[in-house]
Amino acid sequence: MEFFANIFILVPVLPLLAAAVIAVTRKEGRRRAATLAIGAMSVSCVIAVLSFLVMAAHPEERLVRNFDWIRFGHTTLQLGWVLDPLSAAMAAMVTFVGLLIFIYSVGYMAHDDNFTRFFGFLSLFAAAMLGVVVANSLLLLFVGWELVGLTSYLLIGFWFHKPEAAAAAKKAFITTRIGDIGFLLGMVWWYSQTGTLTFYADGAGCLEEGSLAALGAVGLAGFLAPATLISLLLFCGAVGKSGQVPLHVWLPDAMEGPTPVSALIHAATMVAAGVFLMARIYPLLEVGAGANGVTPALIVVAWVGAITALVAALIAVAQNDIKRILAYSTVSQLGYMFLGLGVGGVAVGMFHLLTHAFFKALLFMGAGSVIHGCHDEQDIRYMGGVKRWMPVTFATYAVGMMALAGVPVFFSGFWSKDEILHAAHGWPVSSGPFWLGLMGAVLTAFYMTRQVATVFFGKYRGAEGKDGHAAEPHESPAVMTRPLVILAVFAVIMGFFGTPAWPWAQDFLEGEVAHFHLGHLFAGDVMGLMLFSTLCVFAGLGAGWWLYGMKPRERAEDPDPLETRMPGVFGALQNRLYFDEFYEATVIRFNRGAAWACDWVDRWVIGGVVLATSYLFVGFAWAGRFIEDKAVNAGFDAGCETIRQRGAAGARLQDGRVHNYLRALGVGFATLLLLLTWGCQ
Amino acid sequence: MVPLHHYLLLSTLLFGIGLGGVLTRRNGILTLMGLELMLNAANLNFIAFWRHQPSPAPADGLLFALFAIGVAAAEVAVGLALIIAIYRRWRTVNLDVPNRLKG
Amino acid sequence: MGLTFPLIATVTWGAALAAMTLRRPVHSALALVVAFLGLAVTYLTLDAQFLGVVQVLVYVGAVIILIVFVIQLTRNVGLPSESLAVRPAVVGVGTAALVTGGLISCLVASPRFHIERSGEGTAPVKELGEALMANYVVALEGIGLLLTVALIGGVLIATRRPAKKGS
Repeated sequence: MEFFANIFILVPVLPLLAAAVIAVTRKEGRRRAATLAIGAMSVSCVIAVLSFLVMAAHPEERLVRNFDWIRFGHTTLQLGWVLDPLSAAMAAMVTFVGLLIFIYSVGYMAHDDNFTRFFGFLSLFAAAMLGVVVANSLLLLFVGWELVGLTSYLLIGFWFHKPEAAAAAKKAFITTRIGDIGFLLGMVWWYSQTGTLTFYADGAGCLEEGSLAALGAVGLAGFLAPATLISLLLFCGAVGKSGQVPLHVWLPDAMEGPTPVSALIHAATMVAAGVFLMARIYPLLEVGAGANGVTPALIVVAWVGAITALVAALIAVAQNDIKRILAYSTVSQLGYMFLGLGVGGVAVGMFHLLTHAFFKALLFMGAGSVIHGCHDEQDIRYMGGVKRWMPVTFATYAVGMMALAGVPVFFSGFWSKDEILHAAHGWPVSSGPFWLGLMGAVLTAFYMTRQVATVFFGKYRGAEGKDGHAAEPHESPAVMTRPLVILAVFAVIMGFFGTPAWPWAQDFLEGEVAHFHLGHLFAGDVMGLMLFSTLCVFAGLGAGWWLYGMKPRERAEDPDPLETRMPGVFGALQNRLYFDEFYEATVIRFNRGAAWACDWVDRWVIGGVVLATSYLFVGFAWAGRFIEDKAVNAGFDAGCETIRQRGAAGARLQDGRVHNYLRALGVGFATLLLLLTWGCQ
Repeated sequence: MVPLHHYLLLSTLLFGIGLGGVLTRRNGILTLMGLELMLNAANLNFIAFWRHQPSPAPADGLLFALFAIGVAAAEVAVGLALIIAIYRRWRTVNLDVPNRLKG
Repeated sequence: MGLTFPLIATVTWGAALAAMTLRRPVHSALALVVAFLGLAVTYLTLDAQFLGVVQVLVYVGAVIILIVFVIQLTRNVGLPSESLAVRPAVVGVGTAALVTGGLISCLVASPRFHIERSGEGTAPVKELGEALMANYVVALEGIGLLLTVALIGGVLIATRRPAKKGS
């Protein structure tokens, strides 16, 4: 096990090296880029899975490797990595799902010109995400966090010549940036209070007893401990990265990127980083908790999650883009994860994260397959009856949809979502989140049914081609459908690792050994709740099928059945509850004004100073030249002229005329004579 | 008897005339003639002093003058040869004309 | 005797002046002859008989002849129109006057100005010859060498170089 702790750092490093090599590969080096990326990811996957299996045998262990990075004065900044159940499980999931998506991308991006660049960015993203996962230092985590944001920007805006894609990338980056301000402030505050950013360092780490005691003790402004405020600040970062209300607006727009990007980043991994962060710093979140395990920070987390879960589900009901439905679904499910984290702890939230990763990636990749098969059509109104031509895609998509909706027993989503609802039901603070979650579950089943019915059943309503007939959809190649199958299998079997009878996953994440007790299924209100939630799910499924499956629409332009019944509500939902418009009118407008003001200052004030300075220097130069010309040169010239004239005058002495020489001799002689006779008297 | 200073006066005047001629005459030959006059004046000086010395027995002064005459003769020969050479080149003995050593 | 010297002196001096101021070179040469002769006579009065004769032989007999030869050889048609003196003449004359004046004033200022002749001045030729050969033999040889060199040099300088074209 020590061995795996030592090589665990390779899990992010290998994709990083692959990315570095791909960065210098020519655009034509497609095969090399794909091989490097997939190869590095495979090795990382093997290491991560093996580490996970090793940890599975010893769930109570936590192995840490730290090293000094920068030393200034008496303090050192340490970086390091940690191998514990949380990081092992997350690393295994990320590498496995990532590997499948890499393979899928080989087929999906085969026709794209910038294949090499795509794999470079994908590899870099994988490295950054895995860096976040294995980090034992908040600083290293932050570095990975920022890199993840950067690569997300690069990948959303991969087709940068499309203005919508460029705008979406910018929006994603800026929105997550706003959250990251909170993250940075929290990080700095935490460091100033505890003097270290390393999580676990033999008792000196910032997540260990000593530091947490220091943070929980002093109350700020009388009622909020620093621990709470730091947690909330770090939660801001999670809200931005994981697309919770109010910073969720970037995630649906991020669908402008290629579908593998949406599958990997905006379903399984990057958006999950926020949840992972909260799970990692959970000890901070629960500082000051009493017997019921509730703190102000956890209350906030739970409520934000619950509200997001419902709001996003409502908006998803009225969307027409196949990927946008899934995007809002992701936002909603992330809300569930935060809700689970807030009311039930790390295990509950993380279990849903792990199951969600698989079935959401499956759904996105299935959507990608559908888009590919329907010749790049993304609007569900222009699809229909696709199951006739794409059976494998339909089967796997159906599995994913049922997992997401929470159809019981065989599908993992049921077990993980039920854990959350069970924890919310038993929450001592309030039952509000429970009811919100329940309503969200109903809506989830509803909109997924709507989507599946509209896409796969009924008549094909594809846009007409040049010859007057709509081109028929075709099944995707094996390189795209095989990963779908693998993910579908996981979407089913993962659930069995987290049932109340045998809560292996939860106990593993909590660092305990799990035991199989069938009796736990029937303990307390577990069975009752399971039946109730199943009822709700079937209600949603039934409503969806009744509206969309029984009488599928004939033409693409037909109004939505819900729209005819509730036009006002539907319209508001279709316009995403006007979040974007609100931001545009307030924040964006303010920002634009501030930018204009800054530009004005830069151009006229600072620019004016620069211009004045440059003129000053030009003036100096001109004055120098003037002095040079008039004074120095003229003086020099005059001096030289004087010398020349004197020389010329002197030269006249030697005129070649003998008589003059003789005369000079004579005068000299006379003078000498006179001097000799009278001078020395 | 004629005192010494009379002879000296004479020789000085001769010297002066000779010098004036050298410095004034344009013709090269006449310059040389002036030069001869100056040399002769110096010779006269020698002889005068020889004669008026306390014991006139040693003939040094005389011999000195003799040698001076010899040298003067050699010098005039060479000088006139130069004048010939100048004449051949410039077709004139005007000493103003050959001024190639002009600075 | 009192009048002899002033007469001879005047003649000599006048001839010298004439030599330096006459326009034609031949006239100057002839005047110079007179001056030399005057000087020779002066030497005779100074009991330097040998030297007086030598003066006549060398100067009048050789030097002046040489000068007259060269004057004839270097005739320039149109010479009389040229000016006599190098302009400005006053500089040369002035310098000469200055020098002369200086010398005279030196003479006058000297304490031993007024010296009389003393004793008999004899310079027998025999003694002269003995002195030449005994005491001054080096100088004698030297002057012989000098004269030889002057002869050769004069010939070299004055000889016309053979024309390269062989005309």
